Formats: sequence, C-alpha cells, structure tokens
Amino acid sequence: MASPSTRIDDGHDMDSVNSGLMREKLSVLVVDNDALVRKVHEKIVSKLKVAKQVQIQTATNGKEALDLHLSGSSFDIILMDMQMPIMDGTEATKELRAMGVESMIVGVTSADARADKEAFTEAGLDQCLAKPLTADKIKSLVETLEKNK
Amino acid sequence: MEVGQMQRRLVEFTKSLFVEGFLDGQFLQLQQLQDDSNPDFVVEVVSLFFQDSEKLLNDLTSALEQQDVDFKKVDAHVHQLKGSSSSIGAQRVKNACVVFRSFCEEQNLQECMRCLQLVKQEFYLAKNKFETLFTMEQQIVAAGGSIPATEITSF
Repeated sequence: MASPSTRIDDGHDMDSVNSGLMREKLSVLVVDNDALVRKVHEKIVSKLKVAKQVQIQTATNGKEALDLHLSGSSFDIILMDMQMPIMDGTEATKELRAMGVESMIVGVTSADARADKEAFTEAGLDQCLAKPLTADKIKSLVETLEKNK
Repeated sequence: MEVGQMQRRLVEFTKSLFVEGFLDGQFLQLQQLQDDSNPDFVVEVVSLFFQDSEKLLNDLTSALEQQDVDFKKVDAHVHQLKGSSSSIGAQRVKNACVVFRSFCEEQNLQECMRCLQLVKQEFYLAKNKFETLFTMEQQIVAAGGSIPATEITSF
C-alpha cells in the first residue's frame, strides 16, 4: 500500500494586495482509494492559493487516515471519501471523532443512496459534498473555516 | 494545414464533445487546473483514468462471469468507475455507470451484463474522442501555435 504523500505549496506568488489578509497556513488531508480522484482533488486544493502555505497529504483509505492522526498529524480540513476498502469513510469519521479530532471533516461522495449519506453525516461530518469537488466548493469550505475561527 | 485552421478545428471538435454529451463541466475544471508548473496535467489525469478503468472493466467482466455473482463486489467496481469518470468529466461513461448500479441493486444479472457492454462501448468511444483531442492539441503545439481556451458560453 502506498504511504501517504505530502506536498507543500508556498503561496508567495499570489496577489500581494490580499496577502496581508490571507490565512497563514492550511493543511488538508485527501482520503480516497482512487488515485485519479486524489490527484485531481490535491491539484484543486494546491491551485487555490487560499493560504500563504498550503500543505496537502493524501491517504488511500480510512485506516491510513486514522494512522496519520495516531502518529500526531492534524489537519484543518479532511476530505473523506465514503466508500473505501479496509476502512470506509463512515467508520473512519466515527473513529476520528471518538479520538477527539475536531478538524472540519467533509464527506465527499458520489453515492446515490440517501440512507448511506445520512449514516455518513451522522458519523460526525461537518458537511457532505458531491464528488467531484470543484474550486468553488473548496473555497467555500475555507471561508467556513475562517468564519468559525 | 495552417495553425489558425487547426485551432478552429480543435474548438469545433471540443464543442461537439460537449454538445454530444461526451464531456461535461468537470473537464473544464481539469483544463483550468493545468498551468505552466504542470503543463500536461489533463493528459496525465485522463491517461490515468484510461489505465485504471481498463483494469476495472476486466475485473467487472470476470466478476459477472462467476457462478455465484457477488453483486456487492460488482457494484463497488461500478461505483469506482462512476467516481473516476465523473472526475474527468466523461459524462456518458458516468451516466452508463448510474444505470448499471441500479441493476446491481436489483441483482439482475442479465441487465448487468447488458450494462457492462454499454459501459465498455461508452468507455472506448470516450477514449477515442480524447485521443483525437490530444492529437489535435499536439499538432497545434508542434506547428508553433497555442491551445485556445475552451469557452463554454460559445455552446
């Protein structure tokens, strides 16, 4: 199994007029078993320049996400896929909340069944978004983060 | 063929892919993510889709050939294909997966097998269209031109 990857984007090349108001750091964990989805979501987050420094890590299933937290990592936003092997998003979310993780956990799913989505939300999500994510959806998550500071 | 003509052909071809439902807005999102730091992003992502999906389609074929078909396993594969096709904007592949999933839920083997054929058909059609698109782009770049940005308002 691939180990979680990390990438850091330095936002120093963005609009200097806004740089004073911009958040210093944003850390995001992308949890999805599909490499293509991880690649796209990672790219969307890194391109957004919503913070002076954007740190992105990826995990291929809920267990990897849990292991990251158990080893001391923490994140501002966790983008959690619902259906994954080994440990799915619903279980991983329950475990993270039981561990005391208070990060924003956003469910990302293409699931059609409302019952599945309800169970996922009840596991402790802050919100649930439809896959695929877009730049606007992620920007609005960061705005929510800022409002709740 | 001169560059301007190639660019116009590309714009018309891209427009046709949206009009015929092969592509949706998610493909435009992918194009917007491409920049000088990652100039081959779209090709990389689409290539990854075709590699992973070929394997998924093979897994689906063998799953449906089993004596006791595990419809949950079949559904999981279709779900993954639906997710990745929607991530690149391959709308017709995604829509075929939506129908497929409904028959997985009913555990209707005959309809599932029919859906698999439809998904494969849409997959290979999409692959063909993307290959044509990327070849046209490469020809423009080789001739010294730039790729015109896709404007959805022109459709």
